[in-house]
Amino acid sequence: MTTEAISSRLPTGAIDTSGPRGPRPKSVTIGRIGVYAFLILSALFFLLPLWVMVVTSLKTMPEIREGHLFNWPALLTFDPWLKAWDTACTGRDCNGLKPGFWNSVKITALSVPVSIVIAMINGYALSFWRYKGSELLFGILIFGAFVPYQVVIYPLIIGMRELGLFATLPGIVIVHTIFGMPILTLLYRNFFASLPIELFKAGRVDGAGFWGIFFRIMLPMSVPITIVAVILQTTGIWNDFLFGTVFAGRENMPMTVQLNNIVTTTTGIREYNVNMAATILTAAVPLVVYFISGKWFVRGIAAGAVKG
Amino acid sequence: MTQIAEPGERAAPGFAGTAAGRKPRTRRKFNIQSILGTTPMIATAIGVFVICIIFSIIWSFTSSKLFPNFNFVGLSQYERLWRTDRWIISVQNVFVYGVLSMIVGMVFGYLLAVFMDQRIRQEDLFRSIFLYPFAMSLVVTGLVWQWMFDPNLGIQSAVRQLGWTSFEFAPLVKQETALYGLVLGGLWNGVGVTMAIMLAGLRGVDAEIWKAAKVDGIPTWKTYLFIVLPMMKGAIATAFILSATGVVRVFDIVIAMTQGGPGVSTQMPAIYVIQHITDRANVGQGMAAATMMLVPVMVIISLQYLFQWNAKRKAART
Repeated sequence: MTTEAISSRLPTGAIDTSGPRGPRPKSVTIGRIGVYAFLILSALFFLLPLWVMVVTSLKTMPEIREGHLFNWPALLTFDPWLKAWDTACTGRDCNGLKPGFWNSVKITALSVPVSIVIAMINGYALSFWRYKGSELLFGILIFGAFVPYQVVIYPLIIGMRELGLFATLPGIVIVHTIFGMPILTLLYRNFFASLPIELFKAGRVDGAGFWGIFFRIMLPMSVPITIVAVILQTTGIWNDFLFGTVFAGRENMPMTVQLNNIVTTTTGIREYNVNMAATILTAAVPLVVYFISGKWFVRGIAAGAVKG
Repeated sequence: MTQIAEPGERAAPGFAGTAAGRKPRTRRKFNIQSILGTTPMIATAIGVFVICIIFSIIWSFTSSKLFPNFNFVGLSQYERLWRTDRWIISVQNVFVYGVLSMIVGMVFGYLLAVFMDQRIRQEDLFRSIFLYPFAMSLVVTGLVWQWMFDPNLGIQSAVRQLGWTSFEFAPLVKQETALYGLVLGGLWNGVGVTMAIMLAGLRGVDAEIWKAAKVDGIPTWKTYLFIVLPMMKGAIATAFILSATGVVRVFDIVIAMTQGGPGVSTQMPAIYVIQHITDRANVGQGMAAATMMLVPVMVIISLQYLFQWNAKRKAART
């Protein structure tokens, strides 16, 4: 897609690090300076909160109370990080963020593969094995992508409770699978629909059925799109807050919910450095995914945007 | 759950039959493996996105309190809803929040995309910087900005210490400005995505258009504004729908940043629903509010259909 076009063009410019002076002398104009000024100012706006998060988390509380929000810490300390991870309090419990972290790991590690496998089969069936009503079902699913969660959440709570799944790990995994399904199914359906039909026909000629073609032809072909899906789902599920609050229960409380509880716990003095360390820790996993995946992440967003 | 799905399926064939008939890709009309394989989809589509919505609507007409019941009370939940200040303020808030964040987001996103399109150095670096906030959760976004907006230790005090003692920038502590603080936080999180979509749209515009504009001596900014922008309807619609659905759902960032306060100045419909089905134990009222939340989504979807239908009609004419 476009990202590829960009990447193929970039290397020539990327080697040169002489700064924003433009490739040819004639292009160093007021306009060029304006372009870079705008972009750099915007970049500062986007980077500022990250900078503030990092420096605040490394300061001692007395230094924070002096109020130099943007300054690099005079006295570097890593205690807030340890406290955020290990001993920060959410209400009565003082175990830090680590239970939330492991809960989020569990929820994400289970929900991502389950939701992706289901969506993959959906997309495959919708592309090659349509049946009466399949397109209508797909239409409903896409409609579901636009429905505010609040509209379905209460009946879903009741349904989960009836099935004994409310506030359990399988319950929250099912919820993530349900709400990830519309966009993932669309992603896979569009991917399989773009494959040449001859692949499918060749499989049919060889006598392969629904599952045969799926496992032997389609599954190996869908590696690139699956990377996109994994990125999309990992960040999405890790960052979820609403479903974690409602469906996970105390035992499986994900990291985002615990973070919010730690920060908004109003008993005692607010420790801003611990709060910011906790915030960075919660953001760390999706940020790592983002920076490692790079262009794939942009592609995931583009894929997510296709639903429009 | 499969059993629930079947009746809906049987009700469907008329509609879907024609759809399948048009597309010759499918050989068979009925494949048992395909249906088995898509059981989760059938269960989700019918069980969640049809039956759950129907139940929400049904309960909105009942007097359900802590537990759902079926004592129908007509429209009285809706009458109560629209007499409740908290709800009316929520609706106003989501409207102001939505219009502001969408307009500013689209303009800023388009500007960023246009500037990124100027054959700049380090495009990847800038893109990473503009997009990374989107990788973080809205809870994180809300907490960071809450800290930056802290009246005593945040941006306000940092700037005052530099000598500008009358500087005021702590929107979250005042009822009149708290909503704008939310908008800023939301924009920080989401503008990068708008930029990415707009940039993809810009790059999708035919290079011939640019050549033609240059030959005609049209200034670059005019080309961007009057020629290229109208050609990017797809990207604009995508960015619009993406942010619009985000606005209707807005919840996480408010909880993290203001908890709906100060007072009720940043209450949102999504919070109203959740509060009524949990702490306030008034399911009927919560479901009435939830059903109202479905209305703007229906409007957006119908607009989209209208848009597509219009485009199809135009294409048919030429």
